[in-house]
Amino acid sequence: MIVNEQVAVDHGLKKDEYAKICELLKRTPNITELGIFSAMWNEHCSYKSSRLHLKKLPTKGKKVIQGPGENAGVIDIEDNDAIVFKIESHNHPSFIEPYQGAATGVGGIMRDVFTMGARPIANLNSIHFGSPQNKKTKNLLRGVVHGIGGYGNCMGVPTIAGQTSFDSSYNGNILVNAMTLGLVKKDKIFYSKAAGLNKPVIYVGSKTGRDGIHGASMASASFDEKIEEKKPTVQVGDPFTEKLLLEACLELMAGDSIIAIQDMGAAGLTSSSIEMASKGNLGIEINLNKVPCRETKMTPYEIMLSESQERMLIVLENGKEKEAKKIFDKWNLDFAVIGKTTKSKKIELYFDEEKVADIPVNTLVENSPMYDRKWKKAKLPKKNKIKKEDIKHLKIIDILKKILANPNICSKEWIWQQYDHTVMGDTIQKPGGDAGVVRVHGTDKAVAASVDSSAVYCWAHPLTGGKQVVCESFRNLVSVGAKPIAITNCLNFGSPENEENMGEFVECVEGISEASDYLKFPVVSGNVSFYNQTKEEGIKPTPAIGGVGLIKDYKNMITMEFKEVDNLVLVIGKTEGHIDQSLFARNILDEKNGPPPEVNLFNEKNNGETLLKLIDNKLIKSAHDVSLGGIITAVSKMCIKGKKGINIKKPKYLINEIEYFFAEDQGRYIIEINKKDFKKVADILNKNAVHFDELGTINENELYINNKTKVTIDELSTCNNSWLTNYMSK
Amino acid sequence: MKSSVITFPGSNCDRDIDVALKKFGFKNKMVWHTDAELPKSDLVVLPGGFSYGDYLRCGSMASKSKIMQSVINFANSGGMVMGICNGFQILVETGLVPGVLLRNKYLEFICKNVFVKVNDKKNKYFKNVDNEVLEFHIAHNEGNYFCTNDQLKEIEDNNQIAINYCDENGKIEDQFNPNGSLKNIAGIFNKEKNVLGMMPHPERMIDKSLSGEDGSLFFKNLINNLK
Repeated sequence: MIVNEQVAVDHGLKKDEYAKICELLKRTPNITELGIFSAMWNEHCSYKSSRLHLKKLPTKGKKVIQGPGENAGVIDIEDNDAIVFKIESHNHPSFIEPYQGAATGVGGIMRDVFTMGARPIANLNSIHFGSPQNKKTKNLLRGVVHGIGGYGNCMGVPTIAGQTSFDSSYNGNILVNAMTLGLVKKDKIFYSKAAGLNKPVIYVGSKTGRDGIHGASMASASFDEKIEEKKPTVQVGDPFTEKLLLEACLELMAGDSIIAIQDMGAAGLTSSSIEMASKGNLGIEINLNKVPCRETKMTPYEIMLSESQERMLIVLENGKEKEAKKIFDKWNLDFAVIGKTTKSKKIELYFDEEKVADIPVNTLVENSPMYDRKWKKAKLPKKNKIKKEDIKHLKIIDILKKILANPNICSKEWIWQQYDHTVMGDTIQKPGGDAGVVRVHGTDKAVAASVDSSAVYCWAHPLTGGKQVVCESFRNLVSVGAKPIAITNCLNFGSPENEENMGEFVECVEGISEASDYLKFPVVSGNVSFYNQTKEEGIKPTPAIGGVGLIKDYKNMITMEFKEVDNLVLVIGKTEGHIDQSLFARNILDEKNGPPPEVNLFNEKNNGETLLKLIDNKLIKSAHDVSLGGIITAVSKMCIKGKKGINIKKPKYLINEIEYFFAEDQGRYIIEINKKDFKKVADILNKNAVHFDELGTINENELYINNKTKVTIDELSTCNNSWLTNYMSK
Repeated sequence: MKSSVITFPGSNCDRDIDVALKKFGFKNKMVWHTDAELPKSDLVVLPGGFSYGDYLRCGSMASKSKIMQSVINFANSGGMVMGICNGFQILVETGLVPGVLLRNKYLEFICKNVFVKVNDKKNKYFKNVDNEVLEFHIAHNEGNYFCTNDQLKEIEDNNQIAINYCDENGKIEDQFNPNGSLKNIAGIFNKEKNVLGMMPHPERMIDKSLSGEDGSLFFKNLINNLK
């Protein structure tokens, strides 16, 4: 095939990018080379629109062993233990083929983690669908949930937490973000940097097929009506092979024969070989005839661009091939020496004794395009004044019931019951709480993890929204008694070529940076997913934040369900009555304008750290952060989970009842304490200048508000538990 | 007491059961599926997971593994063999216990706590268990027990049903059946009751920080019965 500008454009490259390729090579690339450039220079692999802004993220900290740039981030959890974690998107493929798209998303992120030598110990996910009324939503949701479960369950890694939302902006572009945590010894972490000359380059895992060719390019473009034709770009997952690959890799890693290892994810053999060479400042020579292929007559172009799953590339020490092969034979996996490291600093590919590609590594990596895209700054919307007559007729309990049954609030048990969340025998907090918690096997330590996003807030004001998501992650970890350590982010946005979408990206990143810097909650890994867009319509900006924290003694973990009748319930943090962009405003008043709640980073940090102090002093019986739906929603969930009730009295505030109960002000928690501890708790809160309200006392089984209106917890429970099950069974 | 746990390609509860057996006093050995001989054992466990990815049919390929001939011989000579979840599926495929395990009635994977009622105590697995009702944990996609009418009659005549899904008071009703199993069957014996296959995972219930502690009751009792 003759390569020209049109062929390059068909590969998703821009005309000036093609010109740059010819200039860098000082010739016209052949088709294999063009394929390699298109794979490396697309948005998904090159981060060409985001790189400039991602530099702002704080990535360092006392506990950070490895920040962004490797397969995953690594943090120190003491005693020579480390946690490897990352979140990644698999949005585009999941919309085209929900089961395989979601499954391979989970498979890909687990590979990123065990590539570094860590055994995966927990999976999480953040999934977002169109409006429930949209005719595609139900099948997409079912397919995605089956796919996530199908892969994670088979791998034997518990899925311990997640987040699901519905919003019409995802009608044409669902989001599927998967996160994995792995456990590794600090001195046994593996990296992708190749080193040494003439070292054997080894291919292990599944055979290469024709699936997923151009997957990364597909994920770097918007959707249009021809989307169905893109099905072949979706990879097909085989969790069984991945389980074997995991065990084989960990077995090999126990020895000392690996110099570098890299999984073949997006852009397959291309990006894995180039990344290893680039990091090691070396060249790599590959004989493509040696690559194990699943199908006959595969061309060099297809072999290099295939995104077949469950494959790894390893640079071994000389002479260790036999020992390594024995392990992969035991696990029935392919093992092939396909090339070697060279000093050429080039990627040189041979096929049928002919050289089919010859590209300097730096042209693909350092010289890849970087754009300073135009972006528009968002204005802070004006606050709405709620008119008294609009809310006069509203009854708190009626609203509460509606909110508890709202698709974005209701119980997601239908989803997480399909995920094995208890395998490995260390899950001590299951899905449905503020964060999932797993013990560090054989120790007293436990790791908490949560994944959060607040698209509505980010859409209303990206800078505030970006800050808010990080704070929410912080709060969710604190609520279970974990000290927050670091985050990973999955930045899901529309087209970077649209100034408004680009502005949302830039300002969300700014917000994330500001909050993570202030809270000493650095970003250690992440991924950007642009072009979540169908024709002109982009999604609401949805940065998802995966937070990880440490509980030193798992017996001190906190859960959210109310524990004991007569215990006192307090609200930590001040309620100002911010209603704009709340679930109440958007769903009950149908008011979609206005600013999101303000984020006060000092209060977030101070309130969270003070709560951790209370937990350390064993004064807290249960805790839950206040988020969507406000105080009364949070309290109701604690009642439902604990099968207890509460007598609530609104404190004497200037704001009215509705504002007090449904406002979504930030930095707040609900806590349960023993009455006899009240003075001690109040002293600690006062000493740290943390505002708190006394909300009420736990009773047997009803929510009793201001001594005048009440509802049974059973009734609230039914509202909360039935929406999703009913929706999915219709 | 000596136990052996077989690891097949795709087993993923092998470590969990190893931890549980050791916690309650077994000297446990892990055995690889291509081994020919079982080590000397008082109990052999086929663990949960997805042996061979559940491809072809759950448990089918693992049932033909090299080690399985020794396991079958061991069982036929009266040795104690317990299959949990995928291990139960493997046992069914070998014919050591009767029946088959179909896909769950609602076609979805289920991971949750369930109650089971101990149906028969004249065996080494449940003899002396104080509680009639145990809270166990299930996590499976194919746990819907089925057999022919003739088989069922034989099973019932021989009292081969080990445990049934029930509520916390031991009531065995359709609404407490999580997967559509015939007669709410959660676990079943061979005729001699030295082989037990069950869907629930007692190894996930051995610590009060986990889903519960009734697994501890089960294992403590089991090792005492074997002594």
